Amino acid sequence: MTTGDARDRDAAPSSSGTTAMRLRIDDVVVQYAGSAARALDGVSLVATPGSMTAVVGPNGSGKSTIVRALLRLNPRIRGAIHIGDSSLESFTPRRFATTVAVVPQREESLMPMLVKDYVALGRHAHRSAFGALTAEDTHHIVDGLARTGMGHAVDRRTDQLSGGEWQRVRIARALAQHAPVLVLDEPTAFLDIAHEMAVFELLDTLAREGRTVLLVSHQLNLVARFASHIVLLHRGLVAAAGSAGEVMRGELLERVYDWPLVVTRDAAVGALSMLPLRGSAKRTR
Amino acid sequence: MSTPARRAEIDARLLAALGVCGVVVMLAVAVAIGTVSVPIGEVWSALRGVGDATTVTIVRDLRVPRALLAALVGVGLSVSGGALQGTLRNPLAEPFLLGVSGGAAVGAVIATALGITSPLVVTVAAFVGAAFATALVSVIARVAGGGSDTRLLLMAGVVVGAFANAAILVALADAPPERLRGALWWMMGSAADATWGAVARLAVAIVVLATPLIWWARDIDVLAMGDDAAASLGVDTVRTSRRVFLVASWLAAATVAAAGLVGFVGLVVPNIARAVGARHHRSMLLVSALFGAALMIGADLLARTARAPADLPLGAVTALIGVPFFLLRMRRLAA
Repeated sequence: MTTGDARDRDAAPSSSGTTAMRLRIDDVVVQYAGSAARALDGVSLVATPGSMTAVVGPNGSGKSTIVRALLRLNPRIRGAIHIGDSSLESFTPRRFATTVAVVPQREESLMPMLVKDYVALGRHAHRSAFGALTAEDTHHIVDGLARTGMGHAVDRRTDQLSGGEWQRVRIARALAQHAPVLVLDEPTAFLDIAHEMAVFELLDTLAREGRTVLLVSHQLNLVARFASHIVLLHRGLVAAAGSAGEVMRGELLERVYDWPLVVTRDAAVGALSMLPLRGSAKRTR
Repeated sequence: MSTPARRAEIDARLLAALGVCGVVVMLAVAVAIGTVSVPIGEVWSALRGVGDATTVTIVRDLRVPRALLAALVGVGLSVSGGALQGTLRNPLAEPFLLGVSGGAAVGAVIATALGITSPLVVTVAAFVGAAFATALVSVIARVAGGGSDTRLLLMAGVVVGAFANAAILVALADAPPERLRGALWWMMGSAADATWGAVARLAVAIVVLATPLIWWARDIDVLAMGDDAAASLGVDTVRTSRRVFLVASWLAAATVAAAGLVGFVGLVVPNIARAVGARHHRSMLLVSALFGAALMIGADLLARTARAPADLPLGAVTALIGVPFFLLRMRRLAA
């Protein structure tokens, strides 16, 4: 246990039972070998405890690069990332996994596992190599499964799940990590409307319980409804950041997404909502 | 959660129990069958040194060490292959794809070319050659890409292996027939020269090298999901995969040093373990070890009885077993 760890623990605990921790990304520049353009060109953002922060933007704007920079899997040539008061570099892989739970966009599956074994891997960083699951481990595994509605599927194989079930099991694994910071890269990619809404409501609850939630998503309208802070990326740069009102602006989104669209306030739920127009509108407008 | 968890454990234990039974039955059969057949009832007394002196010698000095050596080769190759497949995320990876085979053969051939005749020294030379080739593969992959791109390891393995094969062929171009025969022994594999000393050496190597792989099994579970998932679950992807790669390769090298190159086992057995229901790497490696041991005892039995008194190369027998298995898998995949 390092002094940084001890200091972090002095912070006020939240109702989730985790310690509140801010995620701060400062002026991060990432450039892949052999690529002329920078994938991230000086991106800064702060995700605060108790709220949902969303990163949106077109394909290739650098959204997933932020997640991979956090996982230390790409060449960061400048900038700093802090979790709580500690710099990302000071984290061992294990301590990182007990502090930040990430649901990556992609994942390989060489060997189909049982759902309960798969979700139990969320406790990997908490456990010794041969130790059995403790009561605490089991508690967080069961909790993760219950909150994602997958408790009934513990004995099923991961290769027999539907796309939606698979996404929920992945989120359950991240919840089993019981980390104060939760980062999700397109967690609703294969989900139907009901399951997508359930995930957004779950993330909303987790944020309200005091966790720091950073969400990468293509679902602008749901993000506008649920996230308290939105970061719009465009070609590796922050095009806009702030509340839904500051980011959900028609001319800004039209420029960033390079597509004709309108932003209206939805009559039913009162949230700002983006509606893409037919491509032919580009020429007539 | 406790009830379903127990059910899954029983599944793994059932597989392990089947594996243990398989090994025991195969051992008994292999000791009983041969040019001189020994009734199963007499095997036990011969083991204790009771009965006909010739039978005792055949059982204690020839058949038991040979069957045990074959079993240990099966354990080493299967555990090595299972760990590598998980770490490289490739069900077609096998130890010999990564330079081990070529390196071992080069070591043995160089030792023979230097006029060394002691089998022990040639064995050590083979192991050193394999360990060196493995380290070379690791360094080439690191220099080429730096990160943990597993494809680079495979490509570096192919390069080092091809170079080693070329070196052997050049070295053997004008070799006298008896040296050619010795080299062939390395390239095709055989347990025919098994001694209790060789069994003991390989057993120690397996304990030393297979234990850490089984210890790291949950790391391998996580690595098998890809870099992003592994990093998010707290595994240092680059360091851990390099560690598994080196230890698994040395394990394969130890089997090569003991019995030459026996292909297909390290490839096929982990696939069988997955197909019959191993759901994570710890059970997969243990089940593979047992299945691999049983399979190799059987393969060696075939090698010495199919065309007796001639001894077939072990590598040829395992390939003949592996081919239909792969055809079956292909049909399953296509279905």
